[in-house]
Amino acid sequence: MTIDWGIIFKSIPLLGHGVVVTLQVSALASVLGLMLGVVLGLCSLSHSRPLRWIVAGYVDFIRGTPLLIQIFLVFFALPALGVRFDEFWAGVVALSLNSAAFVAEVVRGGVGSIERGQSEAATAIGMRHRQILIYILLPQAYRQMVPPLTNELISLVKNSSLLSVISVYELTRAGQAIISVHFVPFEIYTLLALYYYVLIKVLSWLSSRLERRLPTW
Amino acid sequence: MVNPVIQVQDLSKSFGDNSVLRRVSMDVATGETVVIIGASGSGKTTFLRCLNRLEEPGAGTIRLDGNPVVNSGSEKQIADQRSQFGFVFQRFNLFPHFSALDNVAIGPEKVRGMSKSDARALAAAELKRVHMSDHAMKRPVQLSGGQQQRVAIARALAMKPRVMLFDEPTSALDPELVQEVLDVMKELANGGMTMVVVTHEMNFAREVADRVIYMENGRIAEEGPPEILFREPKSPGAQRFLRHLTHE
Repeated sequence: MTIDWGIIFKSIPLLGHGVVVTLQVSALASVLGLMLGVVLGLCSLSHSRPLRWIVAGYVDFIRGTPLLIQIFLVFFALPALGVRFDEFWAGVVALSLNSAAFVAEVVRGGVGSIERGQSEAATAIGMRHRQILIYILLPQAYRQMVPPLTNELISLVKNSSLLSVISVYELTRAGQAIISVHFVPFEIYTLLALYYYVLIKVLSWLSSRLERRLPTW
Repeated sequence: MVNPVIQVQDLSKSFGDNSVLRRVSMDVATGETVVIIGASGSGKTTFLRCLNRLEEPGAGTIRLDGNPVVNSGSEKQIADQRSQFGFVFQRFNLFPHFSALDNVAIGPEKVRGMSKSDARALAAAELKRVHMSDHAMKRPVQLSGGQQQRVAIARALAMKPRVMLFDEPTSALDPELVQEVLDVMKELANGGMTMVVVTHEMNFAREVADRVIYMENGRIAEEGPPEILFREPKSPGAQRFLRHLTHE
C-alpha cells in the first residue's frame, strides 16, 4: 500500500477548521456541563428528598443510555416538542446534558468526602445546609475533583466526534468530508487519531498543572 | 436558680440499643461556669452536643432563656437558635481554606448578614480577645494546635452566643499548648461568659468552675462546688474516678 502524502499535507490545514469547531463544542459543553453538573451535584446533597430523587433519576438515565441516542433525542426528538436547535447547538446541548450527569457524581463524591467535623463546625455557628455546601465543603473539594473532572473532559472531547452523525462540522466530520471526495480512509483516519491524541495530551498536561497549583489544605 | 440560661429537663438519648443519656436534668445560671467530668462513654460529650442540637435528643426538653430549643420551624430558625450556643470542638475543626480572620468572620457575614468589612472588623476584635491578632492572616495549617483552638474559640465568640460549650477543648493538644487555651477560657469565665465545659483538666475545674458535675452511665451521679466535690466525693464512682486521675 502507498501512502498519499500529498493529501495528508493538503488535509492538515483543512482539518484545522474541524479542530476549531471541536474545541468550540467541547469548550461550550464542558463549561455548561460543569455549571449544570455542580448545581445537580449540590442538589443531590440537599436535604430535599424530591430534589435528590430528580437528580438521581437524571444521572441514572444518562448513564443508562448511549450518548448517540441522547444526541438523536436532542436533535430529532426535541423539535417534536417545540424545542429546536441547529446542529451545532444541538451538539453542545447533548454533550452538556451528558457530561453534567457525570460532573454531578464527581461533585457529590468530592463534597461527600470532606471530613464530618467541617460541616459540624459550620452547623454550630448557625450556617444553613446550602451555605455549608457552597462556602465550606465545595471549595475544599476542588483539588480532588480535578482528576475525575479531567477524565470527564477527555471523554467529552472524544465523544464530540459522535456529533459528526448530526453533521456538526467538527474534526471527525471534516475528515469524513475529505475521505468522501478523495477516498483516503487510511491517511485521514490516522491523521484524525493523531489530532485527537494531541488535543487530549494538551488537556491532560493543563489539568495536571492546574492540580499542582491548587492548594492541599 | 436565679436567671437560668439553660434549663435541661429529663434529657435522654440513645444510639440504637445503647442508652447514652438517661433523664439528665440540670440548669445553668447566667455567668456560671459548669465543668462536666466523667469517664469516656459516660455521656458528657453527647450531652453537650444535644444542647445545640448537633445530636438530636431522644426525649426531654432544653430551654434557652426560657424558650424551648426545638427542632421544628424553618431551617433558618433552627440555625439561628443553634448560633446562640458557641461550640468548641476537641479537634478545632477550623475551615482550612480560610485565614484565621475569615474563619471568624464567615459566621457573622453569612449567618448574621453583616457586610464583609463589618464582619472582618468584628473578627479582628474577637481574635484580639484570644490573643491571636498577630496571626489573623494565617491559614489554620500554619498555626499550632493551641493557636488553632484559640481561633476556634474566637469563631464561636463572634456569633455573640448566650452560652459557650467546650467539648474537651485541650484533649487533642500537645501538653505544652494546653495552658494557653485554658488561660483564654479562664479569661472568658472571669469576663462573665456562661460556659459548660467537658474536660479532664482538673486544675482548670478546681480554679474556674462554679460547679462540677460528675457523669456516669448517662446520668449525673454527683454535682457540687469543686472544692467540695474534689475533696470529698460521695458517690463511689466519683471517688474511683478522681482517685485514678490524681494517681496518674
